[in-house]
Amino acid sequence: MSSQKYRLSAGTVTQTDKPLSFTFDGKSYQGCAGDTLASALLAAGVHLIGRSFKYHRPRGIMSAGPEEPNALVRVGTGAYAEPNLKATQVELYDGLVATSQNRFPSLKYDIGSVNSLMSRYLPAGFYYKTFMWPASFWMTYEHFIRNAAGLGKVASDPVDPDRYEKTHRHCEIVIAGGGAAGLMAAYQAGLSGQRVILVDEQPEFGGWLLSYDAVEIDNMPAIDWVKKMLSLLSEMDNVTLLRRTTMFGYGDHNYITLAERVTDHMSTRPAHLPRMRLWKVRATQVILATGCIERPLVFGGNDLPGIMLASAVQSYITQYGVLPGSRAIIVTNNDTAYHAALAFQNAGGFVRAIVDTRATIKGPVVKAARDAGIPILSGHGLTGAFGIHHVGRVEVSAISDDGREIMGEALHMDCDLVMMSGGLTPTVHLHSQARGKLVWDDKHLCFKPGASHEAEQSIGACNGSFDLQRGLTEAIRAATKAVHSIGGTCTVLSTPDVTAVKISYAPMAYWKAPSLAGAGQGAKAFVDFQNDVTSADIQLAVREGYQSVEHVKRYTTTGMATDQGKTSNMNALGILADALGHDIPDVGTTTFRMPYTPTSMGMIAGRDIGGLFDAVRLTRMDSWHRSAGAKFEHVGQWMRAWYYPHDGETMEQAVTREVTAARTTAGLLDASTLGKIDVRGTDAATFLDRIYTNNFSSLAVGKCRYGLMLKDDGMVMDDGVTTRLADNHYHMTTTTGGAAGVLDWMEEWLQTEWPELDVFLTSVTEQWSVATLSGPHARAILEAADISIDLSDTAFPFMSMKEGYISGLPARLFRISFTGELSYEINVPARYGVALWTALMKAGEAFGITPYGTEAMHVLRAEKGFIIVGQETDGTVTPLDLGMNWIVSKKKSDFIGKRALERTSMADPKRKQLVGLRTVNPNDVIPEGAHAVLDPTQPPPMDMLGHVTSSYASPNLGYSIAMALLKGGHKLLGETVWIPMLDGQKPIKAVVTNTVFYDAQGDRLNGTSSS
Amino acid sequence: MLQLPCPYCGPRDELEFSCGGEAHISRPLANNKISDAAFGEYLFLRDNPKGVFLERWRHASGCRRWFNVVRDTVSHDILEVYAMGSKPRRTAGKKAYNNSWRRTTAAEAAAVNK
Repeated sequence: MSSQKYRLSAGTVTQTDKPLSFTFDGKSYQGCAGDTLASALLAAGVHLIGRSFKYHRPRGIMSAGPEEPNALVRVGTGAYAEPNLKATQVELYDGLVATSQNRFPSLKYDIGSVNSLMSRYLPAGFYYKTFMWPASFWMTYEHFIRNAAGLGKVASDPVDPDRYEKTHRHCEIVIAGGGAAGLMAAYQAGLSGQRVILVDEQPEFGGWLLSYDAVEIDNMPAIDWVKKMLSLLSEMDNVTLLRRTTMFGYGDHNYITLAERVTDHMSTRPAHLPRMRLWKVRATQVILATGCIERPLVFGGNDLPGIMLASAVQSYITQYGVLPGSRAIIVTNNDTAYHAALAFQNAGGFVRAIVDTRATIKGPVVKAARDAGIPILSGHGLTGAFGIHHVGRVEVSAISDDGREIMGEALHMDCDLVMMSGGLTPTVHLHSQARGKLVWDDKHLCFKPGASHEAEQSIGACNGSFDLQRGLTEAIRAATKAVHSIGGTCTVLSTPDVTAVKISYAPMAYWKAPSLAGAGQGAKAFVDFQNDVTSADIQLAVREGYQSVEHVKRYTTTGMATDQGKTSNMNALGILADALGHDIPDVGTTTFRMPYTPTSMGMIAGRDIGGLFDAVRLTRMDSWHRSAGAKFEHVGQWMRAWYYPHDGETMEQAVTREVTAARTTAGLLDASTLGKIDVRGTDAATFLDRIYTNNFSSLAVGKCRYGLMLKDDGMVMDDGVTTRLADNHYHMTTTTGGAAGVLDWMEEWLQTEWPELDVFLTSVTEQWSVATLSGPHARAILEAADISIDLSDTAFPFMSMKEGYISGLPARLFRISFTGELSYEINVPARYGVALWTALMKAGEAFGITPYGTEAMHVLRAEKGFIIVGQETDGTVTPLDLGMNWIVSKKKSDFIGKRALERTSMADPKRKQLVGLRTVNPNDVIPEGAHAVLDPTQPPPMDMLGHVTSSYASPNLGYSIAMALLKGGHKLLGETVWIPMLDGQKPIKAVVTNTVFYDAQGDRLNGTSSS
Repeated sequence: MLQLPCPYCGPRDELEFSCGGEAHISRPLANNKISDAAFGEYLFLRDNPKGVFLERWRHASGCRRWFNVVRDTVSHDILEVYAMGSKPRRTAGKKAYNNSWRRTTAAEAAAVNK
């Protein structure tokens, strides 16, 4: 167990009397409650955390927050392992297991770091430039690139064992960020009684005040003021406080998405709690108080472990009670780092020097540092940092007033910590996600929020108002404005008094340290640490002609890592502007997108996974099919019985048996999934005449008719049999998959085009269970099942419907056929589904009744040339293409698609038309989707005629049949076509035929055959 | 995600709705003879303006009713919501309606019984 030799005492969030054990790369360490993995590692003196993405350089902890680009680790084991977590954001718990990433075989000795030696050959755009040629080599390159690329490794188990939840909330005011400004705004807004949600990504509210102890608010230490505000807020029933919650997305109309980490910080996780909770919040007003992020400085070797942001060091000291080094060099272009330097010295560290790039420095904080005996080198910059796995020495040079030139000889100083500060960047991500404008702040050298697009205000540091007193004033003003804008009222608070050393927040423009080395030479000075983008890469991009910030971003990948350039964007812009000779505001900036920080995909999915991903619809007879051993297939959301194999039967054998039975004895199909729509109203007949291509007003009551529906472009959309139940009442059937779409489609026409029609549509798909009995013995079986209806051809001819009873069950009996056999569709109220099915099976036993599935149904209908919409059609097929001119009314003045069918292009003889194909070798079954050609010897690309839409071995016919959509197909009857095959197989030879292969006269279905 | 004010149910999240595209496309009646080109304009041409747009929406996971929306495609502001069969009343929507190129097409003229 390693000791915590860099632990000071308890910080503002840590409790040293509650030790926690954890391991990093297999070695045990101890931290304490309130630690992050980063603070605990620093307390143990561990700085080397990972290897970088491209060059595999040793990297440590740079920050103390969500901006961390370097210290990415994998946490957890087995299926629970999660890669690429920022050590600065991982809360420590007892038993935490963390491993470093991007290294092999070990963190200290990493083979991939040879990339660093090769780095002269890995410039910006390297992949674009190198792997271009020859194209056929890409397969080889890709293998190596894929292995080398990427951060971390995901859990090996593809199933995430954690549970995630979603919750929805409406509220008047959402406040993002629970620092000084956020707390103030929440309290002010809370006084109105309106519903307020305050979120903070950290485990504790307080923000920067947790790290800044040299300040008093209302004459009390800042940390006490935070506690006071929290106790006031927690007493307000209308205020919801969410810790460990990141507002990661800001969408249109104030649609806010929050990621709450519920159990990640617990060593034992209660089973009733989800790991994370996704909050979807619709807010009336939003206040952003997201603070700011300190910028690194760009100098050679600035990525070594032990080089940290000055503010982060201050956080580790004050917030966590950890001193991340003993001898520090501070390098800064602004005043804020002086606070950190003093904090470091007060905590017992030795400040070797403050290196300040500004030639002239003044003000109380400078005086305080001098009074504390800290040497200050003004007009100096850090021009290099050196060390193997940790910074050990720095090079300090006098620089010109503008910071662009090195003046004179360099000094060398040894140290074990560099604290750098390049100025503050307001965290404008959410404002920007909400499409708010950004404006350039020439004093603070940063972009800050301009005009908002949504009902949203930024306050405090994220608004460029870094001064605490000013931030608090803004908080009160913004909260009051938000309350008033929604018609609320509240007592307006006065701004608390802030007592602190006044500093200037204006940094010097110093985007990178000057260097004596030529372009692209010298030590690497990193801009984007996570993507290993250096200042030289950006300058190279400009030399190669890139001008636009968007192009430079994509070419160099700066700002494109998982941190979205939180620490790098401003430095990259500054360097780019310099290289282009433009001002930064003229270069512009890139747009921030959600998520603010990476978030778990598991949380986005929530419970909508596995069986809950999509609804599964089962028919009422499903249990019977299952006990009969049926295999199932998905048809839309439905599970349909596909075929019913007997013991030892293959699918082919089972289907052969089923189709044979349907033509020789009787087959029984569960057709409950067919879409059924009840159409009623005094204009029902008129409406159907407009929806269908054929006529339904002329249909007699009790009669059925097959109908075809087109889109208004004349293309086939759906089909089905519709029956007139009464003058103003029809029962429509649709395809299984098309049911919902057809109902929506008809509703659309009723509501938007023909609102004057008196028609009501109701989906009744699930109100009826349907069994289709088909085959020569169908009639006898129905009679054996005690049907109350006279089934004789004269009393009950083909295409008619009667109501009655079967085995005592009320039924609608339709004499219609999708098999070409004598066939009845028996509809009973859904709950009688199994009763009907078992009654028919029992009655049919003596007649050889055989249940058949959807595969046999497909074969049977194909033998008859019946189309399936979506198989023979694909949205580009007209009734004329299908050879179904007979169904298109010439008499009706209008129907949907009528005018489109009259377009001249519809008569093009080269349109693809539906034909049958009969293979010359009866045993060849053409693959569905295969293309047909006239001459298989022509060189590729061949002149293709069209494709095969359906193809089956037909046991009833004894040969293979297919349907195909072929160019000018109707004129090709009797011609020979070839279907070229893959993999050197011989092309299949077939003859173009009519689509009806079986019983072309329809004797069987009409009952005129005696078989 | 947008929030749309369903005129029958009140404000709801966008995912409850489906967008039916451009509003006020009059359907030419088949017995009014127009050219293939004019019919093609009705069938295939859709506006995609940057700015004020008149659209049809349906509260698919709600009341299933269709209605019209005046939406700014740049700001996503919902400027007006009005019933099927009626026309926009406020300035922005009125202007968009009157200035649409469709008002002068043969297809629109052929949408009424002649």
